[in-house]
Amino acid sequence: MATQTNDAAGQAADAAPGMPQLDFSTFGNQIFWLVVTLVAIYLILDRIALPRIAEVLAERQDRITGDIAAAEDLKAQALAAEEAYNKALAEARTEAQTIVAKAKADMQVELEAAIAKADVEIAAKTAVSEKAIAEIRAGALDSVSLVATETATAVVAAIGGSADADAISAAVTEQMKG
Amino acid sequence: MASEAQGEETGLVFHPMEQFVVKPLFGGDTVMWYTPTNVTLWMALTVLAVFALLVLGTSRRAMIPSRMQSVGELAYGFIYRMIEDVAGKDGVKYFPYIMTLFMFIVFSNFLGLLPMAFTTTSHIAVTGVLAMAVFLTVTILGFVKHGLGFLGVFWISSAPLVLRPVLALIEVISYFVRPLSHSIRLAGNMMAGHAVIKVFAAFAAVLAISPFAIVAITAIYALEVLVAFIQAYVFAILTCVYLKDALHPHH
Amino acid sequence: MEGDIVQMGAYIGAGLACTGMGGAAVGVGHVVGNFLSGALRNPSAAAGQTATMFIGIAFAEALGIFSFLVALLLMFAV
Repeated sequence: MATQTNDAAGQAADAAPGMPQLDFSTFGNQIFWLVVTLVAIYLILDRIALPRIAEVLAERQDRITGDIAAAEDLKAQALAAEEAYNKALAEARTEAQTIVAKAKADMQVELEAAIAKADVEIAAKTAVSEKAIAEIRAGALDSVSLVATETATAVVAAIGGSADADAISAAVTEQMKG
Repeated sequence: MASEAQGEETGLVFHPMEQFVVKPLFGGDTVMWYTPTNVTLWMALTVLAVFALLVLGTSRRAMIPSRMQSVGELAYGFIYRMIEDVAGKDGVKYFPYIMTLFMFIVFSNFLGLLPMAFTTTSHIAVTGVLAMAVFLTVTILGFVKHGLGFLGVFWISSAPLVLRPVLALIEVISYFVRPLSHSIRLAGNMMAGHAVIKVFAAFAAVLAISPFAIVAITAIYALEVLVAFIQAYVFAILTCVYLKDALHPHH
Repeated sequence: MEGDIVQMGAYIGAGLACTGMGGAAVGVGHVVGNFLSGALRNPSAAAGQTATMFIGIAFAEALGIFSFLVALLLMFAV
């Protein structure tokens, strides 16, 4: 068992040392190619890749800031437009109100004039009518006393008495008063 | 390799470390420093992937990005903001270097997760070079920028005077452990995850436990996808932290 | 025979080193748990501190990785 292990270890050591990382004979090779690689990557990055990416990023940054500025401008414009609109709206509203108030006042004046005119006409008509009514009423009272006297004379005659015309008219006048 | 010896008896064969072997790409045994190996292949693929994402993906420079371009821009913004937040405004100068580190590590980690792939970042040689590069750069940068004032990073002036020498000792030790922990964290995480997947893959050969093993492999694989990103993130953010120490040594 | 004892010691040491990972697990859990309890009290401040949490996790985890490294070194390199 022991010899076997030793043999195996020895074989392994012959084929490849236990840890290839500690095989110093390959160090020179690795270091040489590493330096070549690093120089190559450094040249690629420093000459081509990094300036290009920096340029693209800067360009995009510029574009974004430019776009943001433009957007802010547009927003300011939109705000100004809205303000102007609101102002115009308010002005229109006040104007409309003045117009309405003026129209109202005009109408009021006209209305008052018309009412005054109508009042005068009505008053005139009323006066005429009252006069007519008074005439009619006076006429009617006369007619009523005449009819009443005649009727009373007729009634008295029908009853069979003779009536004094003066007494009858006095009675009728008496009754009409009441 | 006791596990291997045991495995041969029971029919199980474990080779959890075999996947990390550096092999020449076109045959042969000797690995010279210039030999194209599987390291070369997978590092080249990493470069291609970075190129595809960050160059081809952004080639249209679209104002409204495509998916690829979004991912590229996301990676850019992610690292950029991280440096700004952690290291401060004057750290932004070092953005390409940190971006290089991050892109290399993140693509190495993700490519290493492909089946049959070779994970370059699981090698201490690779991560050690990365960590030492960061460590040396940061240290030299600190001395260049602040002269001897950079040593103030070890002298914590807000602590009581009696404690300061002790704290200074601890700070010095922790400063020099930085490259070690920085490199071994990445390599260790990658190696451990891949080795565990390999061990469970060996278990899958046994019929009785293969369903469990396959479920476990799936779960660990999902965890490894997360770890692959988080380790790259942690490597980059720690680089930023060290950079901050170099740029502003006074706490 | 002597080599066997050395190897046995190395494997035992590797096994013992793995207990260190438990400590790292406790540490990481502690960091994230405290972050979460703080984040639930003040969710608006949580987003800015995620990076700090990851740095804390990285430091706590590094020690667990060290124990893993010690285990690997004992198994394969000693």
